Amino acid sequence: MNINHIAKLARLGLSEKEKKKFEKEFPKILEFVDKLSKIKADKIDPTNQVTGLENIVRKDKSRVKSQPETEKLLKLVPKTKNRYVQVKAIL
Amino acid sequence: MELNKLTIKQAHNGLKNKDFSAIGLTESVLNKIKSQNNSIHAYLTITEELALSQARKVDKKIQNKEKIGILEGIPVAVKDVILIEGIKCTAGSKILENYIAPYDATVIKKLRKAGAIFVGKTNLDEFTMGASGENSAFGPTKNPHDLERVPGGSSSGSAAAVTDNQCIYALGSDTGGSIRQPASMCGVVGLKTTYGRVSRYGLIAHASSLDQIGPITKTPEDARIVFDIIKGKDEFDSTSLAEKRDGQIQEIDIKNLKIGVPKEYFVEGINPRVEEIVKKTISNYEKAGAKIIEVSLPHTEYALACYYIIMPAEACSNLARYDGIKYGLSIDDDNLLEGYLKTRRQGFGDEVRRRIILGTYVLSAGYYDAYYLKAQKVRTLIKKDFDKAFEKVDVLMTPTSPVTAFKLGEKTNDPVAMYLSDIYTVSVNLAGLPAISIPCGEINGLPVGLQIIGNQFADEKIIQIAQKL
Repeated sequence: MNINHIAKLARLGLSEKEKKKFEKEFPKILEFVDKLSKIKADKIDPTNQVTGLENIVRKDKSRVKSQPETEKLLKLVPKTKNRYVQVKAIL
Repeated sequence: MELNKLTIKQAHNGLKNKDFSAIGLTESVLNKIKSQNNSIHAYLTITEELALSQARKVDKKIQNKEKIGILEGIPVAVKDVILIEGIKCTAGSKILENYIAPYDATVIKKLRKAGAIFVGKTNLDEFTMGASGENSAFGPTKNPHDLERVPGGSSSGSAAAVTDNQCIYALGSDTGGSIRQPASMCGVVGLKTTYGRVSRYGLIAHASSLDQIGPITKTPEDARIVFDIIKGKDEFDSTSLAEKRDGQIQEIDIKNLKIGVPKEYFVEGINPRVEEIVKKTISNYEKAGAKIIEVSLPHTEYALACYYIIMPAEACSNLARYDGIKYGLSIDDDNLLEGYLKTRRQGFGDEVRRRIILGTYVLSAGYYDAYYLKAQKVRTLIKKDFDKAFEKVDVLMTPTSPVTAFKLGEKTNDPVAMYLSDIYTVSVNLAGLPAISIPCGEINGLPVGLQIIGNQFADEKIIQIAQKL
């Protein structure tokens, strides 16, 4: 496993020391999950949910937030400007 | 009388008969928490003011001779991954250290309506990732039976609080065993319900196809009481389910009961004395007239590997939201990317990062089919094993954990050894089934738990069977 590549994909900062630690641990963890390669399952359907529910939809309408609700959410935002969430330039 | 030691049922009767007040009951619990929290560390936040104001309201109702509900005036501890509006919710993580919940989880809304008293938020493994409670960013919880040992995890604080009478009951959450395994190691009752029967709205997500909220209580009867209040379909959780047989729960007769014992659950790795105690407990059901049948769940040995692909895949997606922009820890840097990297590096602990890396890896280009898709197929096989077993038997009985509570630090340097703690519990989550852990004995003062697994929707049935022990 290329830790640098995966950490970048996951937007996860790691120090050199941490990278070394994880590089040492992961072969053992992967060996553990590699057990599944012993099973033949080509013709088996994958399970991604167990409820049997399908296509649960609701009306395409937003729930209007009350002023106090909006205030509570804005208070949690690290940086705001004129009641907008502020982010660094993306492009 | 030490009021904090009461069960829900006993406390309810006492309140109703005016043997004591809701304030008296709540103060007795709060005093116990305050005297114990330095040594056990079951609570991250104590909500004394909220609790006392709720208790006063209930007392007023009682004084006015109004009828009170079964949970009204009864103190509950809530795992710090379930949102209570206006109260800090950390998920045991530095990244949410100062996060104030902006709304109530559905289960909290239901408990509020039922008149519950919230005494505090309990400690846990960070983002519920762990089997010992040691992954909390705020220090571990100790097992009240032996302070050098772990209480199990990830609902470490909730299980410890119930066994140490620092609450009357608690809420936990279970993704791969996080209610049942600590309940087993602390000697209390833990119920993980059929996936979908309890709303996940307001539960900080770990692995969404596996997560369920459930009660940790002193008796199976109490678990039933809490479940009846918190269950039900919820418009805010599209995976929640309506009850199939509305209230038509038949009384179980042990004489007609067929109990399956999966042979794959009694193999190498189990403490022989745990095996002995669990088998003896199962034989007590046999003496009461139940038929014991050996069954096979052939894919059991693959369940944990399957879980450690599906769970991190879902977890790394869920944890992508912690970006330092909308809420939580935020470390500013020259550009957006550096800010993400630094925020997530400082905010997440080791086990969380391990699972983010593993999850990202199994979903990444070139590995998706070999790992993630394969695990989803194996999940089907595991579910089919259970379907087949339930054609022959009513319930399954197994140990909850292969070992009793282990020492603090014993497994922290070996992730795989820690993962093996959940070997008997993860299959149930993968298949979406209900299971309950009940105490069934002790080894050198350390509790052993029996796990009763039911078919989908057989939640009430397994609780009833647990009550007959």
